[in-house]
Amino acid sequence: MTPRRPRKNPLRRTRQPLLPPAACSRKAHLLTAAAAEGRFALPRCGACGAYAWPMPEACPNCLSIDITAADAPSGAVLMSETRAEVPADPYFRERAPWRVGLVQMDAGPMALVHLHPAPVPRDRLRLTLMLDRAGQAVLYAGPENGGDMTIDRQWQEMVADPRGRRVLITDARHVAALPLAHKLAAAGAAEIFMGLPEDWKPLENRAEFAAVPGLRFVALDLSSDRSVEDLARAIGGKVEILINTADHPRPGGLSAPAAATHARMAMEVVAFGLMRLARVFGPVLAGRGADGDENAPGAVAWVNVLSVFARATAPEMAGYCAAHAAALSVSHSLRAQLAGGGVRLMTVLTAPTEDAWFQLAPQPKVTGKALAGAVVDGLMRGLEEVVAGDVARDLLARLADNPKAVERDLSQGKL
Amino acid sequence: MATPMGYDGVVLAVPVTVPYTRYSPESAQWWLGRALAGLAAGAGVPHPAFDGLSVASFSMAPDSAIGLTQHFGLSPRFVDFVPLGGVAGMVAVRRAARAVQAGDADMVACIAADTNAPQSFRQSLENFSRFSQDAVYPYGAGGPNVSFALIAQAYMEASGLSRAHCGKIAVAQRDNALKNPHALMKKPLSLDDYLGSRPIAPPIHLFDCVLPCAGAEAFLILREETARAQGLPFVRLTAAIERHNAFPADPVMLRGGWARDIDTLWSMAGIGPDAIDLVQTYDDYPFISAMQFEDLGLCPKGGLAEFIAGHDFTVTGSLPHNTSGGQLSSGQAGCAGGHLGIVEAIRQLTGAAGPRQVAGARRALVSGFGMINFDRGLGSGAMVLEAA
Repeated sequence: MTPRRPRKNPLRRTRQPLLPPAACSRKAHLLTAAAAEGRFALPRCGACGAYAWPMPEACPNCLSIDITAADAPSGAVLMSETRAEVPADPYFRERAPWRVGLVQMDAGPMALVHLHPAPVPRDRLRLTLMLDRAGQAVLYAGPENGGDMTIDRQWQEMVADPRGRRVLITDARHVAALPLAHKLAAAGAAEIFMGLPEDWKPLENRAEFAAVPGLRFVALDLSSDRSVEDLARAIGGKVEILINTADHPRPGGLSAPAAATHARMAMEVVAFGLMRLARVFGPVLAGRGADGDENAPGAVAWVNVLSVFARATAPEMAGYCAAHAAALSVSHSLRAQLAGGGVRLMTVLTAPTEDAWFQLAPQPKVTGKALAGAVVDGLMRGLEEVVAGDVARDLLARLADNPKAVERDLSQGKL
Repeated sequence: MATPMGYDGVVLAVPVTVPYTRYSPESAQWWLGRALAGLAAGAGVPHPAFDGLSVASFSMAPDSAIGLTQHFGLSPRFVDFVPLGGVAGMVAVRRAARAVQAGDADMVACIAADTNAPQSFRQSLENFSRFSQDAVYPYGAGGPNVSFALIAQAYMEASGLSRAHCGKIAVAQRDNALKNPHALMKKPLSLDDYLGSRPIAPPIHLFDCVLPCAGAEAFLILREETARAQGLPFVRLTAAIERHNAFPADPVMLRGGWARDIDTLWSMAGIGPDAIDLVQTYDDYPFISAMQFEDLGLCPKGGLAEFIAGHDFTVTGSLPHNTSGGQLSSGQAGCAGGHLGIVEAIRQLTGAAGPRQVAGARRALVSGFGMINFDRGLGSGAMVLEAA
């Protein structure tokens, strides 16, 4: 059993969610996209190849407007450093002192960065492009040889480390549920609430679940308003990370006899289920975005595990794809709602998983363990967009390149 | 680069300071109006006689300078808006000087004013620049202190400038300020006070920082014959330079744009730094004043320690510096900080500086510096003024 999470001192005021300054140029969101996926990218001119920082509207070297967020070397040298003891901004004042550095990037330009406690001027650094609590892409600099980022409270402000946090996983019957529980427990999660729909049905690996330290089952049926509300009343204020694994995969195209029935159930669980969760768990997570302290950290992330078919339709699973597309749309609305509290919404788009409902899908499929690994890795790095499985990555790359070709391929059953 | 044409016949007159207040419920337009009234009273002409208007302000939104012509009943044939912070004074003078020299205007009212409410400093920081929005504020570095701390750390290491050196500059300015009734800082400052002040963003500590306030500074630019006809005491403009984003390839700002144009300045002035009786640098931080001592040729690069040890910097000592107390002790009234040194130099060179008058002052060097857009101050300028 993991040690009990320290109780909150009732005499101390609850820290209200504040966000770092979020106003930024439209162009800077090219970097937001890279940071959301955990890619290191810098503004680069397509005409002369020069890197620039901050994001310009025209290349300062040649005035070309062909500026993209391009892969870039992530090394840098620390030129000088300071700590802001009395920042003017309320978010940083609350968290002062805040360490920053001026670095010369290997790519060329100078940049202001959030700085790990260890480096001193002239040290080599490794830069990471991260999302801050306002969802803005920012540069973080740690020691070049890696080092432990998790010891830095500034890093912790930008990631969703499960350590010390209580996690709700909504559906124990998902193939990733048990591996997720294992990985979260190993990452130091304080408690794991494991949602169990239809608990009268046997759960094959119940004993293995029960052996996970800090795990307990909670009854949760996402197709029921009542069930979701009951659970929120019981544990809503104790959930710091919510991982929604609910799914309802059923094969069948539009002409299948049960097409509408299956689609209705998929919608009920995947799309409306998410809406039910969002309605009651969303506000309480957002309200606790800055709650707690280092030993008992506040709410930080909501994860929706969705099918990559939310983005590209496989006609032989018509209703299923529609439900996931709907859930992806709801996910964006939920992201906006959680943003006010600085709570991150991470979308995980997965390829077909290695379980009974995807018998017909070709290999390589995604194992529960691999999917769980992608989720926990995404939390540890503070990502917003995660893709699990080679099939999903390939499909999204093709979609970005040539959407009509993907549509034709999928209509011919070619994944 | 050819040496620019001289500013022959161009003079500055009627130094006006609208006394500063820490906070003001009034708008920037109110402060601009007070300064304009001060200029008219000082010049002894009705204000519509000013046929040129040059305005520097950060806080007069939604107006730009042109709206002020109607607001204040002016019909100028020259109008200029220079919301350029600490370099605004240099830019305003250079443009207005050429306008009066060429006859495009006869009398240009150069005014800098900003108001300051308890929330306005923070609000103006949030909207200062696009590069700051994208790449400075999200790092908790809103406001100049953190950005300057990063420059200061590198500059102090490279130049051998110590905190005690910076302290000597700050302490001498406070001495000067105690003789200036307009200065907001009224208490003496000791070197121990300076060294013991609390860290803001090391190596920047409390007494390295200016006090944001409301206020206005103003003067007239006109031709010598116009000043004589009005019977106004005046000073001559003998040289002026400006440069923006001077050394983009320098990784950290260890020098300002002055270093690039210094030869032009002294060759236009026809004198060297040794002939200067007093200096007004742009002192948003003492280390920035020290950088100007180097870059303006007052001391050799690398010779700061010896230079600072060798001078007193007070109005009665050797090389009087920031004789009004500068921004560090008078307060920083937004854009007016860039005009402060010019107004003070006009007072000193016309013998109107009262208890802080530098005896026998004939020549003044005034410099400006401004706009930390991202990682460095972009604008720099300097001018030499001579008593009539």
